[in-house]
Amino acid sequence: MAATSSHEGAVATESKSWTLRLRQMIDRHLPMDHLLPDRQPYYVGSWVYVFGVVTIAALVWVVVSGVVLSFFGPQWWHDSRVGRFFNGLHFWSVQLFFIFMVLHLWGQYFMAGWRNGRAATWMIGVVIFAVSILTAFTGYMSQQNFDAQFIAINAKDAMNAAGVGAFFNVLNFGQMYGLHIMLLPIGVTILVVLHIVMVRTRGVVKPIDPEGGVRP
Amino acid sequence: MDTPTTYFHWGFIFISTPNLLVIAGMIVLFAIALVAPFPHAEEGDDGRNK
Repeated sequence: MAATSSHEGAVATESKSWTLRLRQMIDRHLPMDHLLPDRQPYYVGSWVYVFGVVTIAALVWVVVSGVVLSFFGPQWWHDSRVGRFFNGLHFWSVQLFFIFMVLHLWGQYFMAGWRNGRAATWMIGVVIFAVSILTAFTGYMSQQNFDAQFIAINAKDAMNAAGVGAFFNVLNFGQMYGLHIMLLPIGVTILVVLHIVMVRTRGVVKPIDPEGGVRP
Repeated sequence: MDTPTTYFHWGFIFISTPNLLVIAGMIVLFAIALVAPFPHAEEGDDGRNK
């Protein structure tokens, strides 16, 4: 930024600043009362809307237990009592993540959650689902047990038949583990943050026929 | 734990009992979420951005 002696000069310089423009854009599109609202529309008063946030809670446990597992390694998670506990915690939090993600998907599908400019939010949700399946799959490859070997040996032909065997070698533990603990979780986390920001920007979609509904 | 699971076979549908139980549980949970009363549901606003 160029040095200026007057306040007017500083303002003129700041108006060209990308940080100022970014701040103004965030203020315009995502004010804090939208990002962290303390009240919700009356139609959000249903347990169906809780499925999304339970999915996020499960994801937090997936990441926390996964970080602990990555610190101590396969021998620890197979042989020690605490390691097996964290292995189980990681596995069952993934089960809950998928169960509640699908329940959230059902809820959004039946209320047509893509309406009124929310198509991108819906599509990012679909991509999160796909990337999560890939993450879970590489997780099964990373267990370092006979189960992982069985799945890898059976999956390699499917990968080759799909034409991705040269890039995605399920028999390569290092590749599967690297994808599972680094690239794919970062992808899921970024997409989930984007998904939440988009939901907060637009707000929750209204019921399909709000005029016909009776307010409780 | 080490014994193979049983499978449900009905026409073209072929699914393991654990998977069938999970899906049935999800459908039940979804139905409960639709009908169970939500605490303080009437305290929300009209949904218009202020």
